[in-house]
Amino acid sequence: MERVLDEPVLVRRRNAGRSVGAAFAVMVALLAAAPFVVYPVFLMKALCFALFACAFNLLIGYVGLLSFGHALFFGWASYLTAYAAKAWALPPELAIIVGTATAAVLGIVAGGLAIRRQGIYFAMITLALAQMMYFFALRAKFTGGEDGIQGVPRGRLFGFFDLADKTTMYVFVLVVVLAGFLLIYRIINSPFGEVLKAIRENEQRTISLGYKTERYKLFAFVLSATLSGLAGSLNALVFQLASLTDVHWTMSGDVMLMTLIGGLGTVFGPVVGAFLVVAMQNYLASFGQWVLVIQGAVFVACVLVFRRGIVGEIAAALRVRL
Amino acid sequence: MFEIFGIPSQALFGQLLLGLINGSFYALLSLGLAVIFGMLNVINFTHGAQYMMGAFAAYLLLQHAGIGYWPALVIAPLLIGATGVVIERLFLRRLRKLDPLYGLMLTFGLALVIEGLFRNVYGSSGLPYQVPESLEGGRNLGFMFLPNYRAWVIVLSLAVCLATWYGIERTRLGSYLRAATENPVLVRAFGINVPRMVTLTYGFGVALAALAGVMAAPIYNVSPQMGSDLIIVVFAVVVIGGMGSIMGAIVTGFALGVVEGLTKVFFPEASNTVIFVIMAIVLLVRPAGLFGRTG
Repeated sequence: MERVLDEPVLVRRRNAGRSVGAAFAVMVALLAAAPFVVYPVFLMKALCFALFACAFNLLIGYVGLLSFGHALFFGWASYLTAYAAKAWALPPELAIIVGTATAAVLGIVAGGLAIRRQGIYFAMITLALAQMMYFFALRAKFTGGEDGIQGVPRGRLFGFFDLADKTTMYVFVLVVVLAGFLLIYRIINSPFGEVLKAIRENEQRTISLGYKTERYKLFAFVLSATLSGLAGSLNALVFQLASLTDVHWTMSGDVMLMTLIGGLGTVFGPVVGAFLVVAMQNYLASFGQWVLVIQGAVFVACVLVFRRGIVGEIAAALRVRL
Repeated sequence: MFEIFGIPSQALFGQLLLGLINGSFYALLSLGLAVIFGMLNVINFTHGAQYMMGAFAAYLLLQHAGIGYWPALVIAPLLIGATGVVIERLFLRRLRKLDPLYGLMLTFGLALVIEGLFRNVYGSSGLPYQVPESLEGGRNLGFMFLPNYRAWVIVLSLAVCLATWYGIERTRLGSYLRAATENPVLVRAFGINVPRMVTLTYGFGVALAALAGVMAAPIYNVSPQMGSDLIIVVFAVVVIGGMGSIMGAIVTGFALGVVEGLTKVFFPEASNTVIFVIMAIVLLVRPAGLFGRTG
């Protein structure tokens, strides 16, 4: 099958690490300074989605698998974290672990089913499975149906840091998201990541080299699901809410759009895309249904004329890897 | 009135009928998806939106031009099919050489645009569309009451499905189509205009969706979001059936509609999810799908 990334970016290998390092420093500096200028809850939301989009990008950008059901992991992790924090009164770190572990288990089940088919079928299967779990969330007692789980306490991190404080919460979210970001960067540059890229380029040939590609694909899927779950868990604590919006297919569409705008298969693209889309949804919220129209139009435009995405275009212009 | 497995016959056959109706729509929509996929190698996410546009076309024709159900049954698919032709020429044609995933993303974006536009104008609540006078009422079959319009929907959908199957599998034009699916370059060398065939195939698949929309208008209300949830179920139907076979799409569509209807009788909580569960089981047992040839 053809690759998702049709135009490979020429890279001078020895510069690769340096450009990523410099960009990472800029990103951290911007994110550290941002809460003095921008509303922190907006930033925290964007950060959660940045992690979500990076996790999604791990699959589409580096394995070439388009999951259309990532809301499943984001949303269910968010429900379980909210429930654990509220009903079981678990401290935030344990509530997040409960949510993230749920996403990992769901990732094993959904991934195990979906990798049995390739390409376009993979996308349809993940979408259908996510829709099934949406109906479960709608029906299940503990999710609160249409109301969701509201008033989730943020609690004290390790019994010490009070997350009700905005600054503490922001620092916590920033640290977790950056850790997730670095983990993903480490994964894609590990020997394991190289095999994933080989599968993306030519799965048949990778099989002929003796790699059990199904296992690699499944493991990548579970990693992606788990990190999406981590993002969802954080999101539930930020907004102190878990709701049906988080498991709906529109959420899967949102994360796809973020990654596409930023640049599929780029390290920083999903972060840029997440901030853009969250900002767009924030500022256009008063226009009602036009948000849907604009998002759809951006989708179409990206696919037709802008397939490298913002970061992909910048990287191509500077001939570096970002 | 009598009972089967402790369920009154009225309820059982009523749900069975409802299942057949849903199955008619699953069959028409998955047939359109399969035809388009065969030729363009694109999964048409816009299909649900196009089904919705068909229903709206019927509604608007009646409201603004006084054109009733019967002419709308022909005009709406032609109109919406024409918009499909435009979409293929403007957008999908540019993606031919790319990964099919881009086609999915593009048609998803288009679906968002269309649904958003209709929601802006018509809101989210359903608009009523009357059953045509000649099909009002129904007949009592002894074990159940059969509304005429619903019987008509099942018959028409079956007829259209079988006609499409015949057209593709048994006619000369259909053989060109199948040949072009296998090897477009060779078919072009025989002097057949393959790009035009691709365009018309997309238009035809879209017209099938629009026809389903017109048929659905008197049964469900006409609303902007009527297509988006349905299309996900149809995707599951397509995964279960496999897109390799036209007849497979038709049979799977009707069969799953019936299964869903029966689930509503015996285990109503699961009626929303039963098709997805079946999909998961089929993936475990027969990953290529019931009628699929290759993965």
